Amino acid sequence: MRRTGWIVPTIYIIFLMLPIYWLVSMSFKTTNEILGGFSVFPQEFTIANYVTIFTDPTWYMGYVNSLAYVSLNTILSVSVALPAAYAFSRYRFIGDKHLFFWLLTNRMAPPAVFALPFFQLYSAVNLFDTHIAVALAHTLFNIPLAVWILEGFMSGVPKELDETAYVDGHSFWSFFLKIFIPTVAAGIGVAAFFCFMFSWVELLLAKTLTAVEAKPIAAIMTRTASTSGYELGLLAAAGTLTIIPGAFVIYFVRNYIAKGFALGRV
Amino acid sequence: MTLVLKNVAKRVGIAMHIHPTDLRLEPGSFNILLGTTLAGKTTLMQLMAGLDRPTSGEVWFDNRLVTKVSVQKRNVSMVYQQFINYPNMSVFENIASPLRVARMAEDEIRRRVHTMAELLRLTPMLDRGPAELSGGQQQRTAMARALVKDADLVLLDEPLANLDFKLREELRDELPRLFANRECIVVYATTEPMEALLFGGRTATLFEGAVTQFGPTSELYRQPRDLITAQVFSDPPINTARVHKRDGAFVLDATTRWEATGALKELPDADYTVGIRPHFVTPMQRGQRPVAVDGRVLVTELSGSESIVHFVMGETTWVSQAHGIHPFEVGADARLYADMARAMYFATDGRLLASASDQDAPDPSARA
Repeated sequence: MRRTGWIVPTIYIIFLMLPIYWLVSMSFKTTNEILGGFSVFPQEFTIANYVTIFTDPTWYMGYVNSLAYVSLNTILSVSVALPAAYAFSRYRFIGDKHLFFWLLTNRMAPPAVFALPFFQLYSAVNLFDTHIAVALAHTLFNIPLAVWILEGFMSGVPKELDETAYVDGHSFWSFFLKIFIPTVAAGIGVAAFFCFMFSWVELLLAKTLTAVEAKPIAAIMTRTASTSGYELGLLAAAGTLTIIPGAFVIYFVRNYIAKGFALGRV
Repeated sequence: MTLVLKNVAKRVGIAMHIHPTDLRLEPGSFNILLGTTLAGKTTLMQLMAGLDRPTSGEVWFDNRLVTKVSVQKRNVSMVYQQFINYPNMSVFENIASPLRVARMAEDEIRRRVHTMAELLRLTPMLDRGPAELSGGQQQRTAMARALVKDADLVLLDEPLANLDFKLREELRDELPRLFANRECIVVYATTEPMEALLFGGRTATLFEGAVTQFGPTSELYRQPRDLITAQVFSDPPINTARVHKRDGAFVLDATTRWEATGALKELPDADYTVGIRPHFVTPMQRGQRPVAVDGRVLVTELSGSESIVHFVMGETTWVSQAHGIHPFEVGADARLYADMARAMYFATDGRLLASASDQDAPDPSARA
């Protein structure tokens, strides 16, 4: 068993990593090489694709736009979800359980349902093609998620901690900001991570609500692919760069996510 | 600095969590709230602290009406059964927390925290986080935070219940020393009658949200006002039986009867409830007036130095607690002796009519 135990994980990782390797490898090839044949390693190693992306504003602004609305959305979702989750975890009020479940059902609606009304409404209030428009649209599914995750972490903190702080003389906000938020920092990290991820990968709403000024990178990728033939090398480089922020964020929250799984909320 | 509860009651929905209660806690006193889980100890403490508002009634502190004053504005501190500390702060900052909120000067904070840490043997741990401490150290940190600010009212809600035996003994010995030179009112909640007896002071017995009696601990133990107080203040549970008085004697059943003596002679012939603590029911004839009781052994618990025997007499179950090892076989018939000179007599409605046990000092060490 011990001698053969490595086989299954190795196969698993190869299957998992193969498409990603292929993407990265393609990003260092010229489009001609990609279309011309089948090679595991780049024959003519080139970083021209990356240079194009980092020098052409129509390319790199896509990343800037995406990062802008994703960050906005993460900040918005988490800061709104914090007090909401606190209320759900600490107080009993009429319909609290139903409200909590209803929040979650927001995630079950496909974004396509909202695309058209959002498009019209955002245009009407002149929010169309702005970062905040996409950020707000994404709170639709990110706030419920953040509330759900944070509530789990907060309920793990005994309410006696709140009382101890009040007894010590802390006001509610002093307690909430100085003691409670650091206590549930792991939960905030996990919630922020998921908000980041879901906002980062969401394309339909982001594409519908933007035209030029706030166009996300994923939308730029689809456009470029169709205009100047198949610039596969460029596309692969853009794809590789799209993976990086997620991988970067997950590295920081990996320990917290395990904790979130233990609480059954992730 | 006297805390007075006037007719304080707490209702949640239709459930009465605290029945109208009057209590007067004197400065410098050690008060014990004794009751089982869910008797309302914590709720009563929250009402005293101002963490919760009573549905009706008034709370007075130092001749000031504080019913609606928030807990932040009252000078109270509290220690819980769970070890509650701020996980993101060091032990030092945990202890300093109330002083920081009060905007005390840095030098004074340092001085006080170090004094407190010294007293509670936390000095080597001051830089650590609470998660790196043992349970006993965590609870001592919580205790230090509660004591560092010279609170007028210190509430201890079963602070020793989650500690293991050795630490509990240790901290229990330290407690009275910590409060020795303080003017504050201490309220200590516990489920264990033994703890109440060890601390002395004054005890309030709680039963289903009502304070059944409040007074000096030893008095409550010897002279409980009613059967419920006696039951709350007894571990193992006090033995009770319905007896009938006839011809100057109490009749338990066909074979068991004993003469009424002293004040008991004055009681009219009627039904009574007799209560006798387990350590006055022994396998050997002890005390002034041992009366034989026969039963069938249900459970025996033998610890190093004492034997506890649960046995059935007719329809009631009695407990005997005796020094030494007395092997009984489960299911076998057993004869035990109840020292009726130490029994308490209650009316059928639960009022105490006579306690013969006030002839002698109680024997709190019986369980130790």
